[in-house]
Amino acid sequence: MPLADDLVGRSYPPTAPYDVTAVKVREFNAATGGDSGGGDEPAIPPTFPIVLAFDAMNAFLAAEGIELSRIVHGDQRFRYDRPVRLGDRLTATLTVASVRTVAGNDIIGTSSAVVDDEGRAVCTATATLVHRPGAGTGTDEQGSAA
Amino acid sequence: MNAGDALGPRTFVVRREDLVRYAGASGDLNPIHWSDRVATAVGLPGVIAHGMLTLGLAGRAVAEWTDGAEVVELGSKFTAPVEVPDDDDGVEVVVAGTVKAVEDGLATLALTVTCGEKKVLGNPRAVVRA
Repeated sequence: MPLADDLVGRSYPPTAPYDVTAVKVREFNAATGGDSGGGDEPAIPPTFPIVLAFDAMNAFLAAEGIELSRIVHGDQRFRYDRPVRLGDRLTATLTVASVRTVAGNDIIGTSSAVVDDEGRAVCTATATLVHRPGAGTGTDEQGSAA
Repeated sequence: MNAGDALGPRTFVVRREDLVRYAGASGDLNPIHWSDRVATAVGLPGVIAHGMLTLGLAGRAVAEWTDGAEVVELGSKFTAPVEVPDDDDGVEVVVAGTVKAVEDGLATLALTVTCGEKKVLGNPRAVVRA
């Protein structure tokens, strides 16, 4: 079932504040081809804010009744206003930028603004989510989309 | 860094274990990245790697090549899935790149990210402080 056009421009509540800690960064580094070292100051990789952006996406999917397993990531981009630093307390707020339907799939453009605890911009994470409502034979329990 | 410089290649091995590790570290528990049953039920060939794991590996390669230069932009399309078999060998993801331009203190890196013969990221690029 296609999603409604009036999703465009809709924003969702900000994610819960996320504290950037060395232990979490080391874990993320170890999972992305790096090592779990770096002492007290591990380098923060450029894709790290996906942790917040993914939370923001989950809130969007839950609000619109979309199953995560029917989402394939179409693209992702991070544009930084400043680097993420250890000790940052960050939140992400997702806005739907565009929706179109191609071959039965919904192509959903999203933009998540990642800000620090003073509301200053840290980065913008834009993503295209491909929603495949009819793919496969699994049961589809998505609710009303709009 | 100068325009025209070649970067890499850097090869990463991705096994099912790595998908589980990335799922935990990122919070992306989408079952298409660990359950063959769910992946095939939604029409995928089998378990596929998180696109963000692949882009994360590209970011890792950039960090290694640039000695940890500050990244001001990183992104790509996810054009082909990286299928990860349930075996001990996994698959190889290879990241290579070229310095396209250096201006105003910023270097633009054009990357290629392949698995086997296939490009798995579309137009992956990074902009770093030179």
